[in-house]
Amino acid sequence: MSVDSNLKLSCYHCGEDCKDTSIQLQDKTFCCDGCKLVFEILNENELCAFYDINKNPGISQKIKVRPDKFAFLDDTSIQQKLIQFSDETQTHVTFYLPQMHCSSCLWLLENIYKINKGVVSSKVNFENKEVFIIFNNNTTSLRKVVETLTQIGYEPHISLHALDTSTVKKSDNKRIYKVGIAGFCFANVMMMSFPEYFVADGVVEANIRATLSYIIVAFSIPVLLYCADEFFILAWKGIKHKFLNIDAPIALAIAITFGRSIYEIFSHTGPGYLDSMCGIVFFMLLGRILQDRTYQSISFDRDYKSFFPIAVNVIKEDKIIPTALYQLKKGDLIQIYNNELVPADGILSKGKAQIDYSFVSGESIPVSKDIGEIIYAGGKQMAGLIELLVVKDVSQSYLTNLWNKDAFQQKEDSNASFIHVISKYFTVIVLGIATIAAAYWLYKGQYTLMWNTITTVLIVACPCALLLSATFTNGNILRILSKNKFYLRHPDVIENITKINQLVFDKTGTLTQQNKTKVSYNGQALSANEQKNIASLLSQSTHPLSKAILEELQINKISEVQNFKVHVGKGIEGWIEDKHYKIGAYDFVYASSELSNTGSAVHIMIDNIWIGQYKIIHNYRYGFNRLMEVLKAQYSIAVVSGDNDAEKNKLKEILGNDADLLFYQKPDDKLNYIQHLQNIQHKNVMMIGDGLNDAGALKTSNVGVAVSENSNNFSPACDAILDASQFSNLDKFIAYAKSGKKIILISFVLSIFYNVVGLFFAVQGTLSPLIAAILMPCSSITIILTTYGMSEWAAWKIGLETKYDKSHV
Amino acid sequence: MSVIIIMLIGSLLVAGGFLFAFLWCVKDGQYDDAYSPAHRILFDDINTTTKK
Repeated sequence: MSVDSNLKLSCYHCGEDCKDTSIQLQDKTFCCDGCKLVFEILNENELCAFYDINKNPGISQKIKVRPDKFAFLDDTSIQQKLIQFSDETQTHVTFYLPQMHCSSCLWLLENIYKINKGVVSSKVNFENKEVFIIFNNNTTSLRKVVETLTQIGYEPHISLHALDTSTVKKSDNKRIYKVGIAGFCFANVMMMSFPEYFVADGVVEANIRATLSYIIVAFSIPVLLYCADEFFILAWKGIKHKFLNIDAPIALAIAITFGRSIYEIFSHTGPGYLDSMCGIVFFMLLGRILQDRTYQSISFDRDYKSFFPIAVNVIKEDKIIPTALYQLKKGDLIQIYNNELVPADGILSKGKAQIDYSFVSGESIPVSKDIGEIIYAGGKQMAGLIELLVVKDVSQSYLTNLWNKDAFQQKEDSNASFIHVISKYFTVIVLGIATIAAAYWLYKGQYTLMWNTITTVLIVACPCALLLSATFTNGNILRILSKNKFYLRHPDVIENITKINQLVFDKTGTLTQQNKTKVSYNGQALSANEQKNIASLLSQSTHPLSKAILEELQINKISEVQNFKVHVGKGIEGWIEDKHYKIGAYDFVYASSELSNTGSAVHIMIDNIWIGQYKIIHNYRYGFNRLMEVLKAQYSIAVVSGDNDAEKNKLKEILGNDADLLFYQKPDDKLNYIQHLQNIQHKNVMMIGDGLNDAGALKTSNVGVAVSENSNNFSPACDAILDASQFSNLDKFIAYAKSGKKIILISFVLSIFYNVVGLFFAVQGTLSPLIAAILMPCSSITIILTTYGMSEWAAWKIGLETKYDKSHV
Repeated sequence: MSVIIIMLIGSLLVAGGFLFAFLWCVKDGQYDDAYSPAHRILFDDINTTTKK
């Protein structure tokens, strides 16, 4: 039936298993003609080193791209939106190529000029998965460049979204500059403070001492005005919104430290605390950089625009004009090709439509539509070319409307992170101590000592230790989670995860694997010939169930089918080798089988005798049972699915009777369900979903996790992206995020020890700059080491990968 | 005494040079993509060996 497992051949180009050795060239075997074609192109252009750098580096070419798909790139108005720079001879353009995955890709893309002679140069940014191409517009065109890329397997992702936000992702270089400058100033100020600390009075001449102090002041001014500006800005923003965030006391401490130091230096009463100030600013910025590091190649803010094609073919007076989507108007007649997304609601006017709405509604089986029926935007055409009459603008279609609903626009409320709460109490307590100490010295009549005390207490009172604990812990947690392919959008998500008590899962594509169904056969044993004949009949059909069974049968050679008939929504029939084969739904085949009719079953009948049935079972993700076993003990679990309830019993068995199982849920229903949980039951909900149909629920939930088969793929807007291969580790990720809060608290308590020592000197008015200069770096480094050590330890204990794994880059 | 001042100025100039170099690198995008340059350097060999 299938190829002997010992003789599995993998494609020379992409490494996928080859069904047989029918496609060969130069003693190399390929899985499909597409892969062979790419090899031929590379071979012709002497680019076969592509295969030497990595083994089977190619991208599977099984899905073909239709030839004039990129005709719209000849349109100048679209071109202008994509092109960065253009003059008479040269054009500069950057493409996003999500397929890029190894150094072979890098090499091939930078040698693309050998294939397309019009390309002047190409440069890859691997981490952004982008290629920057300069081409000569006299010898080639934008369309041709894109076609060349597509030909060798790197189809650029060009979306409406990219057109809208033509601004390049703003890099956070500013922070890096700030850290660089703060570090530089800190190191130099520290060095120049040494004579003050370690050399007895009188040894260093007064004028050298003065010169050093002035240089120190000069160095600390950029630190205060440039590097530390974000603390002041954030503090001011917080105060404007009547919210005392952690930045407010920090900004106050920085300002007071600077003011007092300047006073001391210019009144020649002391050396000031500028070294400590520069140091703490440096460490705090460093922590924030680590925490806010972004994943360049992952986008969390995709909306429907990223999923839609950029242009469609409009038929006007018998001519086909590629038109940009934003120019599409009501009443236009558009062409939708096989495997393409319908961009606007329309009425089917020509062709046979099999629309897969799984993305929009979660239904796993395509619906067939007849001429005159309405097809909603977001559906994917599965059966050949169709024509649609657009009835609504792109911006008003059902899907887009859903997106524009209030819930989607919802702004996240100012997060009252526990860090801000602690910092508030911390500040209040310290201010209390300062007041008491000041009152004591006032009572004693020691005015200078009083001022001394107030300022030094405030310097020590800076909750920077707390900020450092939080940022370094979060930074390391994000790093470790991302190594395990769980990518968080923002450090605040870690804290949100710790609060959740309800998990809501989508079914299709989240719990089950997309495009991977398990086929099992029940009934009489089939002979090899019968299998071949069944495969022959199935190969005539485009229905996904037929395809699923065909894939299972793995038969390539087919026999001739006569009198082939399709009964839409029911099944197929035909004559093969003088036998009548009927394949399809239960009532179509008219079988008197006692087998239950649950799930998706395809019945086989040969010459009016029921032979058996193929049962199509959705394949649950690896580790699903174990994961649910762990999760249901700790959280309430619900499943909301747009699909039918065929799997209800199975899910009930695994999830238990307490779990809410909802089927036939529209995107709206999912959103409302989440809101119901939040508002009525006061739950903190984590929604785990995948498609556009979950987008609303993902956004409303406290933590929205999108499961993605490939992290470069397109997932809806969410708080976190979970690589599908790591789905079974979800419980570990949640546990790890929870350990984060403990780590922050432990390291903060540790740092309080340093604060207490500092306060001990400060209340007596004897906090010398030397003590400050020792305490500050000690506490900073203690925090960095504790948070790092503890978060690594927690990851190791939970069983997460902490080492850098090069292979998955 | 003046020698200390001269040394100081000298050290600040050297340190300033490094700071400038760092800022330049950041601006130039050296830290934007850590993967490509590391692998690109290995490809020169391939290009020469395959061209016969």
